[in-house]
Amino acid sequence: MSHDRSIPRRPGDISRREIMQGAIAIGALGYVGADAATSVAIAAEQQSPVGTPITRYIGTAISRIDGDAKVTGGAKYAAEYKVPGLVHTFVVGSTIAKGRIVRIDASEALLVEGVIAVLTHENRPRMADNDKAYKDDAAPEGAPFRPLYDGKIKFNGQPIALVLAEESEVARFAASLVRVEYEDEAHVTDLYRQRDAAFALPEPAKPRGDAAKAFGASDVRHEGEYYVPIEHHNPMEPYASTVTWDGGGKLTIYDKTQGVQNVHRYVCGVFDMKPDDVRILSPYVGGAFGSGLRPQYQVVLAVLAARALERSVRVVLTRQQMYSLGYRPAMIQKIRLGAKTDGTLDAITHDAVTATSQYEDFYRRETTWSGLLYHSANATYAHKLARLDLATSCDMRGPSAATGVYALESAMDELAVALKLDPLELRLRCYSDRAQTEGDVPFSSKNLRECYRQGAEAFGWDKRNPEPRSMRDGSDLVGWGMATGVWEALQMPITVRVVLTANGHAEVASATSDIGTGTYTIMAQVAADMLGLPLGSISVKLGDSTLPQSPLEGGSWIAASVSNGIVTTCKAIREELLRLAKKVPNSPLAKATVDEVALADGRLMSRQDASRAILIADVMRHGAVDRIEMEKSTSFANDGKHAHNTHSALFAEVKVDEQLGVVRVTRVVSAIAAGRILNAKTAHSQIMGGMVWGMGMALHEETLIDHNFGRIMNANIAEYHVPVNADVHDIKVIFVDEQDEIVNPLGVKGLGEIGIVGVPAAIANAIYHATGKRVRDLPITLDKLL
Amino acid sequence: MINFQYTRASDVSDAVRQIAADPTAKFIAGGTNLLDLMKEDVEHPTRLIDITRLPLTKVEETATGGLRIGALVPNSDLAWHAAITQRYPVLASAILAGASAQLRNMASTGGNLLQRTRCFYFYDTATPCNKRELGSGCSAIKGINRINAILGTSDACIATHPSDMCVALAVLEARIHVAGPGGERIVPFADFHRLPGETPEQDTNLDANEIVTAVELPAEGFARNYTYLKIRDRLSYAFALVSVAVGLEMDGTTIRQARFALGGVAHKPWRDPSAEAALNGQVASPENFRRAADLALRDAKGFEHNAFKIELARRTIVRALTQASRGTPQSQSNKKIA
Repeated sequence: MSHDRSIPRRPGDISRREIMQGAIAIGALGYVGADAATSVAIAAEQQSPVGTPITRYIGTAISRIDGDAKVTGGAKYAAEYKVPGLVHTFVVGSTIAKGRIVRIDASEALLVEGVIAVLTHENRPRMADNDKAYKDDAAPEGAPFRPLYDGKIKFNGQPIALVLAEESEVARFAASLVRVEYEDEAHVTDLYRQRDAAFALPEPAKPRGDAAKAFGASDVRHEGEYYVPIEHHNPMEPYASTVTWDGGGKLTIYDKTQGVQNVHRYVCGVFDMKPDDVRILSPYVGGAFGSGLRPQYQVVLAVLAARALERSVRVVLTRQQMYSLGYRPAMIQKIRLGAKTDGTLDAITHDAVTATSQYEDFYRRETTWSGLLYHSANATYAHKLARLDLATSCDMRGPSAATGVYALESAMDELAVALKLDPLELRLRCYSDRAQTEGDVPFSSKNLRECYRQGAEAFGWDKRNPEPRSMRDGSDLVGWGMATGVWEALQMPITVRVVLTANGHAEVASATSDIGTGTYTIMAQVAADMLGLPLGSISVKLGDSTLPQSPLEGGSWIAASVSNGIVTTCKAIREELLRLAKKVPNSPLAKATVDEVALADGRLMSRQDASRAILIADVMRHGAVDRIEMEKSTSFANDGKHAHNTHSALFAEVKVDEQLGVVRVTRVVSAIAAGRILNAKTAHSQIMGGMVWGMGMALHEETLIDHNFGRIMNANIAEYHVPVNADVHDIKVIFVDEQDEIVNPLGVKGLGEIGIVGVPAAIANAIYHATGKRVRDLPITLDKLL
Repeated sequence: MINFQYTRASDVSDAVRQIAADPTAKFIAGGTNLLDLMKEDVEHPTRLIDITRLPLTKVEETATGGLRIGALVPNSDLAWHAAITQRYPVLASAILAGASAQLRNMASTGGNLLQRTRCFYFYDTATPCNKRELGSGCSAIKGINRINAILGTSDACIATHPSDMCVALAVLEARIHVAGPGGERIVPFADFHRLPGETPEQDTNLDANEIVTAVELPAEGFARNYTYLKIRDRLSYAFALVSVAVGLEMDGTTIRQARFALGGVAHKPWRDPSAEAALNGQVASPENFRRAADLALRDAKGFEHNAFKIELARRTIVRALTQASRGTPQSQSNKKIA
């Protein structure tokens, strides 16, 4: 792994605030180079419980330490491992939505030179016959899909055969020759058709007061129904598994996943294998966005084939086949808001109907965000689930919040119009300093007010004419809209191993993933600061199931979990060094306790008196140790007295051609309060990516299903539209200072999801302001504006 | 995707000879559409005849003051060719409105004429499609038809022709030079592509063993008053919902001669002589533009998801005529509608 050598090692004179507000927020598509942002001492750190006097790397805009490998092709992805004697494959998908396979005729395919076998439910090796074996860490209630298990068809595109051949082209050709006879059953894939058959889920959150009564008695009421279609993740890297047959039935599997240990347990369960006989590796992941939380079917197919042939096998899905995996469920949401004329809320009700498969009940808490985000004495929620003949829906960036907050924040905008109140002013009047959904507790930190202030100022919100259709730019109508974003600051138990060697190098390891978010880099930054070593002296290991325990990389919890995990383990290293240091004759640290010392500049030093210090190398030499290895687990007890959340304020400008309905999102500002920012550059990228995705959700993204066939018809990225460069203009990211000494020692909250949340509503609200048209079903394509 | 033979053609007559000898062969030039269709199992040529070495890469002046564009001139080269940008800017603009820089680098002039529809059902062999398999039925008529046609449709097919370049060629009244076993012939652009009728499997009137050798542009290029206005679901890299190419000959504020063609609405670039004639000799005014637009769309028929295209096309025609008459053509880099 290469390291960025351009990082200045001495604290600079730029304040952290300037970095956060200025350098990062340089506008559209601008990156902060390492030399533009200097590493910064954070004054608060001196008193922090972390016990390190100086943070040289944490918080700075360090380029990804894996960046060189990624741009030079050195970083290998799951489908790129060269394995001798590899068997190539191609997946055959079902062409009906529901029914059963009467007959599969592979005879023609088997005649093709180079074809080894065609694997189906009829000739596959043994696999588990109980649901429990197929349950993974992220499995919802129900009976998980079992690839090639039997002849039942549960969704269109379901894998029903795997052609095995010596070359991938041969496998693909032969796959086109596999003939399948089905017995069709009636299917339903339309959420609106299944809406009345949806069943109620247990109460999503405890209601408060009597929202129905309060709504009826409110001075001003708004009621609206909002629709979000099915959306697919479309990560750059297709799903792939390369299974290497190590002999004796042992398997090393290069897999695309957000959790190597989850896949490990799953493979062991499905194939009844011993843990030591399976190793999952996933050092680089080309985006996943939630689609890789659960093990995907390609890994099962690859293992089946490897066991059938006792050979190494690769399965790679095509872009089209990626649409047979999970997706963001379609949903219909109904919001009722009742307010007093002064703009304070009396009642919130949020009802949702979301889609899942016939065999698993996937859902998230779309509705609860409404009761959390704003103060209201009365709030109720209802959530129903509709079963469709599709694959099970799953998490997708900002699950439940990207969608639930879209509905809420659109409704809030409509309420502001009804109240004749500025939308930002309405948010301030409903501001909640307490989390009413969690027992009316305060937040560990919540600097949303400052997000509103800084975001509005950067955007120029005060110049907004509230009247719809009042602002123009030639033939374009100009609209300004805003919204709030919210996510949870989650953290999960994790184990981190640190090995410090006498040559001044350290290796930090945990079985987590870097799905493109920058986990490698922040792990190196935190370890460098906690061990007082230069960044270049840290190497990071992750994405290997044999490493210490890590949760899935999801929910925005990895940054907080792994960075604080590193703090814990590094403290153990410091303790051991102090123990050894005390044995040095005339040790200047003879009476120091672990909290009184820190590691900095390659030395163990007193925090009160930096002159009382010993070189780490000397401590280790004197103690006659070459290496110190520590492996510690960290868990995060929630005191139950605080809610942990991140927040954002979004401001969007759209220009809409008055006659033709063509929408351009010309500016978006996101001001974010998410605790301590570990890396100003990767954090900026995370948020910018989320904002671009929010634009796609607002304007472009929609999986189109032909309900006659129960089949996705735009299963490719030519016709499933996401924003392209021409759609993306000025994007500004502002990180608002938010110190949090409660949530965890480093005060880190995570950034993976918050970037997208609120963006679709801000854009939808801007389009209303521009055109006077309120579109309540996404995406807002131009035909809806004609 | 199937195994196929690969051969090269040494000259035009060799190409014609090779294709005549093998009824399941296809020509390949840039391959930007054909290879996709082969991967999707939609096209199954057993032989690909590579024509990229044929001497069809020149842009030459014609005796009548026009240009003859070799069938293998890449779309990118054509869009940036000085004679095109200066004398036929509507063509340059239309080419740049389509695809991506990478695809335009690969795609050839002749291939652009022959690209096939993007109808979802044509691409998905799991569904019936008369264009792919005559007699199997049209799934789009009662399916997802947002991107389908509103003009010249039949009960057998409602696919559209996806090209941007061809919409400009329709306005320019290009002539297509083709060579076949019987020698060479010239096809007027309006007769090159077909409406689906009962034979939607045929996109063009090119005979089975013919090859496009050149596209000839007449002298008139409408370099002063033109536009190519493309409306799509995102600001770049998407096929047209509706596009309009316009060429006007103006005399002050009066239109001497008007031509306009629509893309994204029919099985071929759509021109309506009566709508154009209604503009000739008239003042360039919103009312006159709207009347022409109404005429052009008088027979338009929408389906479940694409009825909006009728009004969108009407408005796009008016806007495009406005742009052209004012001499303020649509930029293909600044996405604000002029």
